[in-house]
Amino acid sequence: MSALKPTAKPGIERHDRSAVGVEVAHLSKSYERQQVLYDISLSVKPGEIFTIMGPSGSGKSVLLRQIAGLEAPDSGEVKINGLDPREPATRDRFAVALVFQAGALFNSLTVYENLALYPLEHRICSKKEIRERVMHALQILSIENAVDKRPAELSGGMKKRVAIARALVMEPQLILYDEPTSELDPVMSATIAEIIATLKEQFTVTSIVVSHDRDLALTVSDRVAILRQGRLLAVDAPAGIRATRDPVISDFLNPQIDPRNPRFKQLEVSNE
Amino acid sequence: MNRILAYFESIGDAVMLAIRSFISLPSAPRILKRTAEHGYFGGYTSLPIVSILSFFIGAVLALQAGISMRDFGAKQFIGTLVGESMARELGPVMVAIILAGRVGSAVTAELASMKVYSEVDALVTMNIPPERLLVLPRLLSVLLLMPVLTIIGIVIGWLGGMVVCQTHSFIGVQPEAYWASLKQFMTTQKMLDGLIKAEVFGFVVMLIACNTGLRTRGGPREIGLAVTKSVVSSLVAILILDYFVTQMLA
Repeated sequence: MSALKPTAKPGIERHDRSAVGVEVAHLSKSYERQQVLYDISLSVKPGEIFTIMGPSGSGKSVLLRQIAGLEAPDSGEVKINGLDPREPATRDRFAVALVFQAGALFNSLTVYENLALYPLEHRICSKKEIRERVMHALQILSIENAVDKRPAELSGGMKKRVAIARALVMEPQLILYDEPTSELDPVMSATIAEIIATLKEQFTVTSIVVSHDRDLALTVSDRVAILRQGRLLAVDAPAGIRATRDPVISDFLNPQIDPRNPRFKQLEVSNE
Repeated sequence: MNRILAYFESIGDAVMLAIRSFISLPSAPRILKRTAEHGYFGGYTSLPIVSILSFFIGAVLALQAGISMRDFGAKQFIGTLVGESMARELGPVMVAIILAGRVGSAVTAELASMKVYSEVDALVTMNIPPERLLVLPRLLSVLLLMPVLTIIGIVIGWLGGMVVCQTHSFIGVQPEAYWASLKQFMTTQKMLDGLIKAEVFGFVVMLIACNTGLRTRGGPREIGLAVTKSVVSSLVAILILDYFVTQMLA
């Protein structure tokens, strides 16, 4: 697997092509009257794979949207190398790619057009170079045969890979993954995990992964954060997370299926 | 109270959307292809329905006028009445209504779907302003297609009036007399008035369609609601604006 050649973007001052760091300080977010995130503070180092884990509804994707600059926090702040991600100037300075949970591919465009959109719109290189770059990204993810298909013709796994390929074409310094392995079979999940790890090795890229896939988080991450009900419970290396004695985290990482669970019994009684 | 606030908020949003879109105007040469595609969809494919409706509106106008004007002994002015009504009022209003129902609804559905399924967010993270890629080409295309569609609609409406005048014996106005009466009072200024109206209506319909689509939150149900809202708002806006633009031009 060969690396994509980083290219300078004309007209945009990208002095530094290296990975970026992310700082989240005292971030809180609510929607209408529902508080989703409470005073979150964390720091992601340049080049790190940082995974945010937590049960469904714990606020992981909301946190990712704040980091991507798609929403403004109620209080606190997010900084990418010291700059606000919501500012267009920051987006010009640093390439930040977000791999959406459902892909968010443009349905009216083919896979090729989806991937070529960013370099075409930003006039990064010639059309020939864009084609090479797109085909290379598709090769890395082994989906060259999907180049002329439309997103509606792709399976869930293919869509995820196209979404990652689209992020790769941007030559990002920060990739944000929102549930990259959800709805995928174990083999495809492992492939995605390998891709995330390989991208870190081959490109100067910082990765923030939101997932509740324990295997993905504990295998490829440099550090893992556990989020529960909008609060940060722990941030540690995978070994530290595995060794934790916190019953809530242990329960989340190693859930036990117990048919004698009282809630289950209650259901049985109510059915009678 | 909340509804009133939301209404004014949506107007403010639409104005801001138009401003943000036109800020991207220097990049217009890059969006020519998209503008042409939207123009084709909105204009060329609307042509059959515009033609059919215009023909029958002109025909009905001539028929109604024919009955009344015959009684007043003024049937030689049917051409004038059909001509001016189509050019200054019915042509632009009818084309705008077709635009709202046919193109505006499709635009709202498409943009609302893109919003709901995070495609718009994807554009933002790629540092591609949605206004430049999604809104400006549509606004430009509507500004280009509205005068063309309106002129075609007006002329076909005139033809509809002529066919009725010729074929209904109780009206009995021959084509030569019809066209002579139409030309007698028709001026370039009157045609321009109609085209100005068409431009204003078209721009507002497209702005409402884009704004409603991009403001959509939720899921598939909200997409349907957004389409309804867009069409209803456009129809109300067309009729209210019609009054004010007519007054201004008068």
